[in-house]
Amino acid sequence: MADVVFEAKGLTKTYRNGEVEVHALAGVDLQLFAGELVVLLGPSGSGKSTLLNILGGLDHASTGMVRFQDEDLSGLDDAGLTAYRRDHVGFVFQFYNLIPSLTARENVNLVTEIARRPMPADTALELVGLAGRMEHFPAQMSGGEQQRVAIARAIAKQPDVLLCDEPTGALDSKTGVRVLEALSQINNELGTTTALITHNAAIKDMAHRVMMFGDGRITGTQVNTRRKQPSEISW
Amino acid sequence: MWAQALAIALVIASGVATFVLASGAYHSLEETRAAYYLRYRFADIFAEVRRAPKAVADRIAAIPGLAAAEPRITHLALLDVPGLAEPATGRAVSVPDLGEPRLNLLHLREGRLPERERTDEVTINEGFAKAHDMHVGATFQALLNGKKRELKVVGVALSPEFIYALGPGDLMPDDRRFAILWMSEKALAALFDLDGAFNSISLKLLPGTSQAEAVKQVDDLLARYGGTGALARKDQLSHAFLDAELRQLDALRRVMPPIFLLVSAFLINMTLSRMVALEREQIGLLKALGYGPLPIVAHYIKVVLAITLFGIAIGYVAGAWLGKGLTRLYGDFFHFPFLVFRHDADIYVIAAGVSVVAAVAGALKAVREVLALAPAVAMQPPAAPRYRKLLGAGGRSSTLVSQLTTMSVRHMIRRPLRAGATSLGIAMGLGLLVTALLSFDSVEHMIDIAFFRTERQHATLTFTDEKHQRALQSVEQMPGVLRAEPYRSVAVRLRNGHASRQLSIIGKPRDMDLSRVLDLDDRPIELPPSGLVVNERVASILNLRKGDAVEAEILEGRRGTRQLVVAEVIKSYFGLTAFMTIDALDRVMYGPRLSGVHIAYDVERQDNLFKAIKSTPGIGSIALQRHALTRFRETIAQNINYSVTIYVTLAVIIAFGVVYNSARIQLSEHARELASLRVLGFTRGEVSRVLFTELVLLTVLAIPPGWMMGYGFGWLLIKAFSSDLYRVPFVIEPATYAKATLVVLAATVTSALIVRKRIDRLDLIAVLKTRD
Repeated sequence: MADVVFEAKGLTKTYRNGEVEVHALAGVDLQLFAGELVVLLGPSGSGKSTLLNILGGLDHASTGMVRFQDEDLSGLDDAGLTAYRRDHVGFVFQFYNLIPSLTARENVNLVTEIARRPMPADTALELVGLAGRMEHFPAQMSGGEQQRVAIARAIAKQPDVLLCDEPTGALDSKTGVRVLEALSQINNELGTTTALITHNAAIKDMAHRVMMFGDGRITGTQVNTRRKQPSEISW
Repeated sequence: MWAQALAIALVIASGVATFVLASGAYHSLEETRAAYYLRYRFADIFAEVRRAPKAVADRIAAIPGLAAAEPRITHLALLDVPGLAEPATGRAVSVPDLGEPRLNLLHLREGRLPERERTDEVTINEGFAKAHDMHVGATFQALLNGKKRELKVVGVALSPEFIYALGPGDLMPDDRRFAILWMSEKALAALFDLDGAFNSISLKLLPGTSQAEAVKQVDDLLARYGGTGALARKDQLSHAFLDAELRQLDALRRVMPPIFLLVSAFLINMTLSRMVALEREQIGLLKALGYGPLPIVAHYIKVVLAITLFGIAIGYVAGAWLGKGLTRLYGDFFHFPFLVFRHDADIYVIAAGVSVVAAVAGALKAVREVLALAPAVAMQPPAAPRYRKLLGAGGRSSTLVSQLTTMSVRHMIRRPLRAGATSLGIAMGLGLLVTALLSFDSVEHMIDIAFFRTERQHATLTFTDEKHQRALQSVEQMPGVLRAEPYRSVAVRLRNGHASRQLSIIGKPRDMDLSRVLDLDDRPIELPPSGLVVNERVASILNLRKGDAVEAEILEGRRGTRQLVVAEVIKSYFGLTAFMTIDALDRVMYGPRLSGVHIAYDVERQDNLFKAIKSTPGIGSIALQRHALTRFRETIAQNINYSVTIYVTLAVIIAFGVVYNSARIQLSEHARELASLRVLGFTRGEVSRVLFTELVLLTVLAIPPGWMMGYGFGWLLIKAFSSDLYRVPFVIEPATYAKATLVVLAATVTSALIVRKRIDRLDLIAVLKTRD
C-alpha cells in the first residue's frame, strides 16, 4: 500500500468578489498516493485550480483539513507555507513564469540554490531534452521549450510533489505532447508524485487515476488500468 | 497610486517652494529697505571732518546737483551701563535744535527727541534699548570729552543710517555694547567745543547727479578742515553690511532654487513617463474600443496636471509661508520699523510653468509611444526584453553571485539610460545636500581663521584720536594687562590706473603676536620692513600683484600722494585690508602715532581693568573678541541655520522622492517576476533583496557624481556670497560628504522598507493566470 502524500477532508473555499460570494470549492475529500500521476479534469470554474493552490500552499482553505504527509497545512502561517513550498513542492504553470532576465540554466539554478537536496541544473535540463539551450534566455525559446525549462526548474529540487496547472494550455498539440512526455518520464524515472490539472479530456488517459471536477466538488474518479503513452495522445 | 502621486507632488512642491520663498524673502527685504530709505530720507553721501565752520556747510549745499546738506556733530564716547561690567561704546549724533532733521530721519518708537541744549537727555537706538530693557526714564553714564556724565533716556528710535549699528573694531553688531545716542546739537557743540561748527555732514543728491563728481567736490571743500574722504552711500557702513546680507540672500536665491526646480522637473518628467508607460494595456484597450488619440492624451494630461497643480499649490503655500518667516527673521534682525511683503507674480508663474511643462512633457512622451502602437500590440505586454549575459561565466554556473543579484544587475544593465537617469536624480539630491551643509564648514573655517589665528587679542582699544607713543605705556600699566600691541590706522585712497578704492592702511609692529596677518596658505607672516601688504580682494579689485606699485592718496593728517610697493598679497575674509609695519607707516605719515592698542589681559582682574578703561578719557571704544565670536555665531548661525534647514529638508524630500518612486515603479514593472519567486518558495526577505540590490547599486553609483555636483554647486554659491565686506571661504570637510551620503542612504533604505510592505501583499495567485 503506497504512502499517502496528501489527505484532504471537507475542503471548502469561498471568495468574496465585491457583493458576490463565489464558492470555488464546496466540500472536497481526497487522497494522493506517493508515486502516482493524477489528472484533475474539469471545465473552467470547477475549482481544480483552487484545489491545486491549496495543496501547493499558495492559499488557505476556508474550512476543512488538508495534510501533507504528517503536516497540517491549514495551521501554517505565511512563512510556514513559504518554507513548505520551498522544500517540498515543484510547480509548473500554464504561462511558464520563467524569470526573463535569467538564462535557462540560471532559472534552474535559482531553485537549486535554495533547495535542500537538489540535482545539478545541467542534469535537470538534460532530463527534459534541453541540454543545448542552457545559455539561452526565455525570449529566445519557443513556448514548448520554455515550459520544459519550467519543468526542469520544478524537478531540479527533487520535490516530494509536482503540481502542474494547465501545463499544455498555451501550447499546440505536438509541443504539448513533448511536454507531457517529459512529465511522464519524470514520474516514471524519479517516482515524483504528480498532480496535473487540465480541461483537456484527452490527457486523462496517461494518468494512474483521474478525478472529475464540477461545481467545486469531485464528481467522480476513474482508475486507468491501461495508461496511454503521451505520444499516443492527440487533440 | 496615491502614495506615489503624493511623493511626486511633494517633489514638485519642494522645487516651487524654494523658488517662491527665496525670491519672496529677497524682494520683500529689498522693497522694505528701499521704502525705509525713501520715507526716512537716507542720505547719499557722508563726510567727516575734524572741525569746519557752519559757513562751509552752506558752501557745500550750493554745489550743483545737491538737494540738501545737513551738518551735524558726532563723537564716540565710552559708556558705563548698569548691569554691564565691560565698557560699552556709544556714538553720539546730533539732532538739529530747530525743527526736524532733514536727512536720516528718526522713527520714534517711544518718547521724544532731546530738548534743545539739554546735555543730559538722549534718545537711544532700539537695538540698544531692547538689549538692556531700557525705556524712557532709564539712565546710564557716558564719558563725554573727558567728563563722566549721567544721561537720561527720553526716547527710543530707529534710523536708516544705523540699521547695522557697528562699533569701531567690531566685526558684527553687538546691540548690548554699542549704542547710538541722539543728543541736542547745541549740547554736543558745548561738550565737544564745536560751537558754530560741525564735524560730520550728510548730503542728498538730486536725481541724475554724478555721485563721483559730488564726492570730489565735497572732498575739495573739506580737505583743509581735516576731511578724511566723503563716502558714497554704498560705502556707508550700515548700508554696506545690509547690502552684504541681502547679497547673501540674493546668492542663495539665484543658485539654489533654480537647481531645485530643475532637479524636481527632471524627476517628475522621468517618473510620470514611466508611470504612464505602465498604463500601456489600458491605452491599447481604449484605442481598440475606438477612442481617438486626443481623448486618450487629454485624459492622461488631466491626471498629470492634477498631480502637478496639487504640488504647485502646496509649493506656493509653503513657499509663501516660509518666505514670510524668513523676511520677518531678517526684518527683526535689521530692526526695520515696518515690513513690506512682496509677491512677484512672475516668480509664481515661472515656478509653475517649469513644473507643468516638465510633467506634461514626461507624460506626453510616454503616451505618444504607446499610441504609436497598434491596439492589439499595445494590449499585449511589452515585447520580451532582450537581456544580455554579463554575469556568469559561460558554461559553468557561477556560484560567486547569486541568481537574485544577477537579476538585479541585469535589470539595471538592460535599461542603462533609465538606470542612469535614476542614479542622476539621486546624485542631484546628494549634491544639494552637500551644498546646503557645506556652509557650516565654511563658516567654521572662517571663525577659526578670524578668531583663533589672526585676531587673537582679548580686546582692542580704540583711541578717540591719534595719540602719542606714551599712550601705549599708559595702557600697559593698566591693571591686568599682560601684553599690549599698538596699531595705527590711516585712511587712504589706493589707485592703480582707473581702479581705486578707499580703505584704511593698518600699521602693526613687526613682532606682532596678538593680532596677526596670515598668508594665502594660512601661515602667519612677518610684515616686510617696508612696502604694502594687501588682501586678495583688494589685489583683485585694483589689479595688483606682488611687486606692483600703487598710488596712495593720504586722506588724513599730512595729506598728499605717495607711491607704495605691494610687498605681499595675503588672505583675509573681512573687509578691504592693507597692512604695513607701524614704523613704515609712521615714515609715510612723517611721524609716529597710535590709533589704538590690542591687549591680552588677565581675566581674573577684568573688572578692575574695565573700571580703569571707563574712566580713561582718551579711549573711544573697546571691542571684546569673545563677544565678537559669540555675536558672530549668533548672527551668522541664525541666518544660515534657517535657510540651510529649509534647503536640507527640501533636498531630503527630493532624494526620498526619487528613490521611493523608482522603487515603486520597479516593483510595478517586475511584479510578475517577484510574485513568481514567491511562488517558487523564496521568502519575502529574499524577494525584496532583488529590488533592494538594484536600489542600493543605483545609490552607490550616484555617490561620486553627487559629490562632484555638491562641490560644483557649493563653489557657485560661495562665489556669489563675496563682497567687499566679507568673503566666505570655500571649505568642505570630508565629514560633510559623509553626512550627506548617509542621509541619502537612509532615504534609500526607508523607501525600500516602505516598498517592501507592498511586496508582502503581492497577489501570488493572480500572477499565475496571466500571460508573461
